[in-house]
Amino acid sequence: MNSASNTPKTLFDKLWDAHTVVAETDDAPALLYIDLHLIHEVTSPQAFSELEQRGLRVRRPHRTCATLDHSTPTIPRTHGEAPRFNDAQALAQVETLRRNCRQHGIELFDFDDPNRGIVHVVAPELGLTQPGMTIVCGDSHTATHGAFGALAFGIGSSEVAHVLATQCLLQRKPKTLAITVNGCLRDGVTAKDLILHIIGVIGVNGGTGHVIEYRGETIRALSMEERMTVCNMSIEAGARAGLIAADQVTFDYLAGTPRAARGEAFAAAVAHWREWRSDEGARFDREVEIDAGAVQPTISWGTHPGQVAAVDARLPAMPHADESKALAYMGFAAGAPLLGHPVDVVFIGSCTNARLSDLREVARMLQHRRIHPRVRMLVVPGSENVRREAEAEGIDVIVRAAGAEWREPGCSMCIAMNGDLVAPGQLAVSTSNRNFEGRQGPGARTVLASPATAAACAIAGVIADPRMLIRTEAA
Amino acid sequence: MEAFSKLTSRTVVLRERNIDTDQIIPARFLTTTERKGLGRYAFNDWRRHADGSLKPGFPFNQAQNEAAQILVAGRNFGCGSSREHAPWALMDLGLRAVISAEIADIFRSNALKNGLLPIVLDESVVDALIAQPGIEIHIDVARRELSLPDGSRHVFPLDAFARTCLLEGLDQLGYLLRHAPAITRYEELHHAC
Ligand code: SF4
Repeated sequence: MNSASNTPKTLFDKLWDAHTVVAETDDAPALLYIDLHLIHEVTSPQAFSELEQRGLRVRRPHRTCATLDHSTPTIPRTHGEAPRFNDAQALAQVETLRRNCRQHGIELFDFDDPNRGIVHVVAPELGLTQPGMTIVCGDSHTATHGAFGALAFGIGSSEVAHVLATQCLLQRKPKTLAITVNGCLRDGVTAKDLILHIIGVIGVNGGTGHVIEYRGETIRALSMEERMTVCNMSIEAGARAGLIAADQVTFDYLAGTPRAARGEAFAAAVAHWREWRSDEGARFDREVEIDAGAVQPTISWGTHPGQVAAVDARLPAMPHADESKALAYMGFAAGAPLLGHPVDVVFIGSCTNARLSDLREVARMLQHRRIHPRVRMLVVPGSENVRREAEAEGIDVIVRAAGAEWREPGCSMCIAMNGDLVAPGQLAVSTSNRNFEGRQGPGARTVLASPATAAACAIAGVIADPRMLIRTEAA
Repeated sequence: MEAFSKLTSRTVVLRERNIDTDQIIPARFLTTTERKGLGRYAFNDWRRHADGSLKPGFPFNQAQNEAAQILVAGRNFGCGSSREHAPWALMDLGLRAVISAEIADIFRSNALKNGLLPIVLDESVVDALIAQPGIEIHIDVARRELSLPDGSRHVFPLDAFARTCLLEGLDQLGYLLRHAPAITRYEELHHAC
């Protein structure tokens, strides 16, 4: 061992060093080894074509795992009924993935597979995602897996081909940003509110060129599902990856997953996993501190995820040019309150907030209530596993009784590729992660919110403060 | 990838900040299994009315911009998703370079893999370029330099590897494959597979 090993290292540095196949130089980037590669129907076809053109095979097929999620229909169907695709090209894309997986010996969670679902929901819940791994996917929300102390980031289709053929990527080492959160989250404030607040503080480009490590007592107190919600939106602050050190919460979560080791092998794995944290005194390139007690239920009001405010705040009174454009797109008046603005659609879903705890929160709000007659509400579980567990608890019954739609798992209205979309000019309150113009359909207006806030809006028919409902419950 | 050493072209300007990949190419056009032909969907929702007709005010619909190969855009261009369809669409539109005060990480990496040159310059320089759409700019990749009609020159950051890839049209997958022995050694050491 050389003396450098005595210098305290960040979690990111440890992950980077452990996966370096060839170190970077001034002239060339590093070759980074990839432990787990996740693929889906939309960004993989061109990568397989490239392999085909060059006569290459997939180097380590067992390190790649495929699912169908982005463009899959979520319309409920009876047992054995084929999914109803709205677009022949989308179906052709699915068939292309099936063929590619068959040809290269890659595991695929196809329709009717009990494990199918959104790629970033599926891999963690199965225990495929583990501390200390490098994980990539042709999808920018791959950052989600960083919640387990894994270096996980999104890549383009050319890089998907690189990983398939060589199990490696060419990478320049990014900088590190520590975001330390201390204090207690107030009642009615969730992990989603926290990450929206953080993006508001550091800005949509605040993390560009950096890998974020979320730390501090507030983060330690979060469940794995909440940690995933936080890491998921790292890309919305421009960072490619978000990390949270592995700890007992991580190990306890993994202990119950089907693909993690069992018995003694699991204990041995945990002993290794404990190393995946930053050393005391490790230096980051930048540091930001956040006071959890200052976070309110937070929503987005504009057309990028940095335009956020407390749900009971007013819109900017003297907007600058970008803000004016966003307000005009959203149909909001400068200086007006956010509360009370009519809502047309509520979407509960996506890799940010469609896990069991999210759906439980929604069910708790909807129980013995009806959604407002103006509102169309979709509840889309993140995976088949989430759906089964939710149905076993009767969440589907509560959702339907409240007047909302209980759908099949998939990305759905998060990306609006599968026919689930918000009509032009309609306002949607969504638990997803992007509020860009047209993200949920051409001309659609999106307000990002927590599951609790979204459910409160569905009941009220207007933008509403979830704390009002929670208080009524308590009374 | 085609080699890219010099380029002289007029600019086309989109002054908005934070132009995200959903604007560059909306998700509903991602159901293709090809890389080609995406230019007609580039900026679709800014470029077309709901009935498909073109909006005459949008810069990419104006005759004088048809041959422009350099896009100048507001800060934080290309934020959002990892879809490589974004640079594919821009290149299919005829663009070879994007200039902004900041360019999102994944977009930048995807762009370079396809020979679309991301150029980051000081905000003051970019603001000046935004204020004079259509001026002719010369780009020299080897010198990492941009020259403007007023004679001023601006050096832009470009990593040595990216520069070589552009100048030689280097195939990155081929480069990675040449490291197969090192990858095998790593696998033997760490994973025994
Ligand atoms: S749910 Fe949305 S953000 Fe997540 S993987 Fe699907 S499309 Fe991407």
